[in-house]
Amino acid sequence: MNAGTQKLDVTVAEVFEVNELVKRFRFVRRDGGEMPTFSGGAHVVVEMRDGDVTRLNPYSLMSDPRDRSCLMISVRRDEVGRGGSLFLHQKVKAGDQMVLSYPVNLFSLDLRARKHLMLAGGIGITPFLAQIKQITAMNGRFELHYSVRSKALATYADDLRDHHPEHVHIYHDDQEERIDLEALLDGQPLGTHLYVCGPKGMIDWVVNTAISHGWPHEAVHSEEFLAPQSGQPFEVTLERSGKTIKVGQHQSMLEALEAAGVDAPYLCRGGACGQCETNVLRHEGTFVHRDHWLTDEQKACGDKIMPCVSRFEGKTLVIDR
Amino acid sequence: MSKFQFPKSILSRPVYGTLQARVGKAHLMVADAEGAEALLDLAQTGPELMPKAHIIYIPKGTDFAARLEALAPAQLYIAPSFAAATPRLQKALADAHMGVQIYLAGTEGLIGQVMQAAITAGYPASAIQSEHRGSIARRVQCVHCKGITEDVATDPFVCSHCGLNLFVRDHYSRRIAAFQGVCIDAEDPGQVPPAKELYT
Repeated sequence: MNAGTQKLDVTVAEVFEVNELVKRFRFVRRDGGEMPTFSGGAHVVVEMRDGDVTRLNPYSLMSDPRDRSCLMISVRRDEVGRGGSLFLHQKVKAGDQMVLSYPVNLFSLDLRARKHLMLAGGIGITPFLAQIKQITAMNGRFELHYSVRSKALATYADDLRDHHPEHVHIYHDDQEERIDLEALLDGQPLGTHLYVCGPKGMIDWVVNTAISHGWPHEAVHSEEFLAPQSGQPFEVTLERSGKTIKVGQHQSMLEALEAAGVDAPYLCRGGACGQCETNVLRHEGTFVHRDHWLTDEQKACGDKIMPCVSRFEGKTLVIDR
Repeated sequence: MSKFQFPKSILSRPVYGTLQARVGKAHLMVADAEGAEALLDLAQTGPELMPKAHIIYIPKGTDFAARLEALAPAQLYIAPSFAAATPRLQKALADAHMGVQIYLAGTEGLIGQVMQAAITAGYPASAIQSEHRGSIARRVQCVHCKGITEDVATDPFVCSHCGLNLFVRDHYSRRIAAFQGVCIDAEDPGQVPPAKELYT
């Protein structure tokens, strides 16, 4: 398949249990060569062959971008998701052969910033781990405010605090510790850029508060990967390929396209990058748009769909693919 | 009226808008000459900005200072020239925090130079509002001697540093806040078309 980026054939070198919910996976190249370089905030798409099901899920790289010997991801077990994280947690072990995409960055640092102010919630810490290594190597200025559920689930918090005691602040939910966002935003020096990664509620809260305090959009960055959600099965006709395929309950339209052998473009598989944007030729029914890419007007208009996360409910859907 | 409709040009050429009141913790406003009118209009639509506004104004022989004072901004600084206002501007940017809104109004030379200072201070260029008012004269850098001539009103013009005859291009440098002036008679020295007012 040519869609997405170039592929990396890797071996799982190590699976490490960080805490009861999070495992870290270290990948090395099967040909013994160096890994590609990446910038902090980049992700790879991990191909998972689980019986008949193929899943391609994006995970942020959290290893040191300068370390060419391996790539590392940290994955939180999600019991109610569609099974990608459970597969990694339960079935993948050291020595397994897997395929990764080349790194893609949709959440990069703005290197014009005078200071990087980072807000993380839970497993949203992962892109910041790589970014902090990058900034530290460049003698850049940063401050991390990291909200965790409890001390036991504070993934990498001790490590971060040991290395950067002046710049890392941890907030424990179970101790009623909360980020005082308004006070934090007030008094940041000119040229500060704000980055947030975490649950949707946190991203909305941080972005909206910053904008309402006069922060320019250009200085506010966020990343939320949407996992495709299950829904009613539906049929879609692919005009160019001359096929009609069925999208299963727990399958995304993009996955259904791939299963039918159609080489559809993608990068993030999470509704963020815009790569899989597809023209709708005809439809009779309702779209379930779930992406961050199309504007509200485009969604209302109904002539485009992002097959990585969005679904359809109704009689006919014909797309240009 | 002090407004001028610039003809459509290449992507490099700056475009200006109309100042809009935005929410912010503080408001830094820098204007010269007829740019004061844009601030007076802004104060009409956003009177709530003024108690948090710092205005730096260079009159260039105009008579708007008293009307700006009547807006009762938190701070008003009247400077005899842009050079004289520079230390004040640098200090205002150094002390500024995120949440400040930046409004620029007046000549292209003023807008470009303050924008350059604000970008250097780390503020995103596209978040800075600007409104052109008054003189359409431009700040031009001679690409040959690198000298900058302020308030160029004709095309071609004579470089005030090296004396070459320069054609005024729309090619603009944000880094040095100036348009490019290129020798117009390099191949046939002395063959210089008559100077015309810009945009005529």
